[in-house]
Amino acid sequence: MKRDPHNPARQPAPPTHSVGQRTPLVDGIEKVTGRARYTADLPVSQPLVGLIGRSPIAHGRILAIHTERARALPGVRAVITGEDFAAPYGVIPIAQNEYPLARGKVRYRGEPLFAVAADDENAARAALAAVECDIEELPAYFSASDARAEGAVALHDNKPGNLERRVEQDFGDVDAGFAAADLVLERHYDCAEIAHGQLELNATVAQWEPEAERLTVHSVTQVPYYLHLMLAQTLGLDSAQIRVVKPFVGGGFGHRVEPLNFEMVTAALARAAGGTVKLELTREEVFLTHRGRPATDMRLKIGLKRNGEITAIDAEVVQRGGAYAGYGLVTILYAGALLHALYTVGAVRYRGFRVYTNLPPCGAMRGHGAVNVRFAFEALLDEMAGQLGIDPFALRRANLITPPYRTLNDLQVNSYGLPQCMDAVEKASGWHTWHERRNQLPGSGQLSPRRAAPSGLTPPSAASVGALKRGLGMACSHYVSGSAKPVHWSGEPHAVVNLKLDFDGGITILTGASDIGQGSTTLLSQVVAEVLLLPMARIRVVATDSALTPKDNGSYSSRVSFMVGNAALRAAEAMKRVLVEAAAKRMEVSADDIEWAGESCGVIGTDRRLDFAQCVEAALVDTGTLNIKGAWSTPPETQGGKFRGAAVGSTAGFSYGAQVVEVEVDEDTGAVRVVQVWIAHDCGRAINPLAVEGQVQGAIWMGMGQALSEETEYHLGLPVRCNLVDYRIPTIAESPPIAVTLIESMDPLGPFGAKEASEGGLHGCPPAVVNAIADALGLRLSTLPVTPDRVLDALVARRRAHKLQATRDTAQKA
Amino acid sequence: MSKRLLSLNVNGRLHDIAASGNALLLEVLRGPLGLTGTKQGCDGGECGACTVLVDGQTRLACITLAASVEGRAIETIESLAQGGRMSRLQQAFHEQLGTQCGYCTPGMVMASEALLRSQAQPDEAQIRAALAGNLCRCTGYVKIIEAVQTAAGSAGSTGAAR
Repeated sequence: MKRDPHNPARQPAPPTHSVGQRTPLVDGIEKVTGRARYTADLPVSQPLVGLIGRSPIAHGRILAIHTERARALPGVRAVITGEDFAAPYGVIPIAQNEYPLARGKVRYRGEPLFAVAADDENAARAALAAVECDIEELPAYFSASDARAEGAVALHDNKPGNLERRVEQDFGDVDAGFAAADLVLERHYDCAEIAHGQLELNATVAQWEPEAERLTVHSVTQVPYYLHLMLAQTLGLDSAQIRVVKPFVGGGFGHRVEPLNFEMVTAALARAAGGTVKLELTREEVFLTHRGRPATDMRLKIGLKRNGEITAIDAEVVQRGGAYAGYGLVTILYAGALLHALYTVGAVRYRGFRVYTNLPPCGAMRGHGAVNVRFAFEALLDEMAGQLGIDPFALRRANLITPPYRTLNDLQVNSYGLPQCMDAVEKASGWHTWHERRNQLPGSGQLSPRRAAPSGLTPPSAASVGALKRGLGMACSHYVSGSAKPVHWSGEPHAVVNLKLDFDGGITILTGASDIGQGSTTLLSQVVAEVLLLPMARIRVVATDSALTPKDNGSYSSRVSFMVGNAALRAAEAMKRVLVEAAAKRMEVSADDIEWAGESCGVIGTDRRLDFAQCVEAALVDTGTLNIKGAWSTPPETQGGKFRGAAVGSTAGFSYGAQVVEVEVDEDTGAVRVVQVWIAHDCGRAINPLAVEGQVQGAIWMGMGQALSEETEYHLGLPVRCNLVDYRIPTIAESPPIAVTLIESMDPLGPFGAKEASEGGLHGCPPAVVNAIADALGLRLSTLPVTPDRVLDALVARRRAHKLQATRDTAQKA
Repeated sequence: MSKRLLSLNVNGRLHDIAASGNALLLEVLRGPLGLTGTKQGCDGGECGACTVLVDGQTRLACITLAASVEGRAIETIESLAQGGRMSRLQQAFHEQLGTQCGYCTPGMVMASEALLRSQAQPDEAQIRAALAGNLCRCTGYVKIIEAVQTAAGSAGSTGAAR
């Protein structure tokens, strides 16, 4: 630890506050300078090149895989098939039905079937081409209805009818609720399948040390711990033989929240070859790995009182799940759990169907399970508000929760900033003067205000110019801050963080939390710095290396800020107690007499002080290096009810959001442009307001992509949009300004009151967009994405209907 | 394919690299030169993550033959920080959170660098046009625009209010 030799009596720095400060990412400089090493960037000495051979058939029985010719080729070090794995894998312990390389059957086109490792790419390609497969083709199903049809061949023997999971949940008297309603409306909604589109291509580096029989894996994962478990299981290794490291990761959005086939394949290749294998997937292969949001068909019926009060809900949701289980049963349970828990509701009937199909497996994607049902729900509420003649804000205000509150399905709500969120965006968007303003600006020629004005909080200068129609729509949303029941019911805490403090006076946070760009490493530094009142410069983070860092369940369901943040908070508090007691002992006073001020501490009411270095010295006497642990678990009352599937949706803290979206629709082309978004998000407490804004903006924008342009497409099981041109992620040219207001409801359980910030806003964007289109055109669209052709089809259909009606009217008059 | 010596001027240094005629600039940068700041995010020309400058103009290194840029001035993200200081764009991307996961960032910064060299005070439409070939999946682009505006000294408000 450095002291100033010229000024030994230098005054120590004042206490530093970190929570609530707009804090650039602590690993941001590495990213902007290009120094950050992602998996594919890691310096590896002459690795073997791994490649995967994939099934050309969507559904079939594997009769034989002939690898002899490939093995005999020069430079080929390993050729493996499904038979080289000891067991199947899957992220949910009760639903593991997938092998890293297909075994017995193939179930989708592009499923990994065999893999090779060779000295260079040319040799590996030659080996791939030399493998021959005999596959007996079976009927394949590319839609949920075909897969569920009578007589369909089962993809998995234990799942007749290709039904992976059927969910039936009933809360309250639904029939009585509808009978008591003044308005009951039923609609169908469809959402296309979408993909995560994280920019970093999938890659894994696996090193097998044959002498020591040890495996080290660097991979693009969001869940290094689950990967560790599944590496041990599929390779038949003791988990102590394995080390998993997560380097910088270029985004996840849920693609990487379960162990993925290529990761285990790379490890198996390394073991078979007795060396180091690097395997990088192409963008096409990333689309084949998929795990995105499933295509979803929904039937939704809502009953409302005249004042907007929700009396009953009846919903049926069918998800086209793809070929394997993955997170599927969780996804279909989330759809039911979060369908209605945003508001107070009278009664709910939910029927969910998760269906196996011969397509790449779906999985968790940002807003897991709840985005598509939120779209249906908020769109239907908007339509019903129109029919009742109630303002959409007023309708929702008739159904607000007062915390603490237990929802019909036993979810605990401890903080609820939705009313403040609604107030904020209602005001910011000028909601109540919108129609006047729109009507006052006929043909003002402001074709595209985005080109004219900077993207600031400009009031909506809207007009209907020729064929360009403007509209405003709103929607609300919520999401969990981590699942209160973990995937593995092991009895361990939900999160553990270790802090190390040594002679140098630097604090190292050892955490398994996976920073995938969301800023968790920065947040944990802020939490520890705040508790100890130390500058962030004293703190380092060592993360996600199973040999060094405590186990962490991973970055999914927005659990890290809440759970790992709480563990870090407790670790820092424990460290502070140790330092205060050491200082008290050194100054021969009671710990209660010590005033802690970060870089120094003093005896209250005196000028006796120790600087931080002296405190550390005092604390190390007799014990040496300090290693201090903090742990946190969700309280039992937040862990959900007792019915089957009750754990899914349970959380220690719900985030809330409300948003208003302004769109411009071109009636000639059907193109929809989002002009501006106003979002207010209740994140409990913004530990890092800069990062929270960034997360909220990114979430809204991803929701806009789903609303307007993103959709996978298959031709007989063959993906035909497996690149970033045909899979239409919005570019900067069509992305709107997104004005964020942060609402701080100070959750009683969150660290410093903080809750989720990265997912909740997404859910509201698709319905707000569609509601805004309805405002602009008077047309209610029910299929996502709202592509120009779908809008145009709806406009043409309406014109035809009008024409037909006019003809009939004329005929009647005649 | 047989290899030959390519003479490449990368970040102001001359390198003689043995490469086959069909070697892509991206492969040469990331492989023998070890300049892994330039990223690959797609199967060719879709995402912009590999954007570098060739004679000051943006080029996608993943669809550029290394042999075609012999003798030209190639600049990568590694060249921007000089003398222990980040460039103004790097500083702004860092401080304004123009980067989240960071994977698109090198390409995004290089495309912005080319813009600011040709247009010192770009307006928002010019920024959007210049970066339209660079996909970002994290930020929604709002803070990227803010970062470029800050670096150009033309910062306007972009919708973050509290």
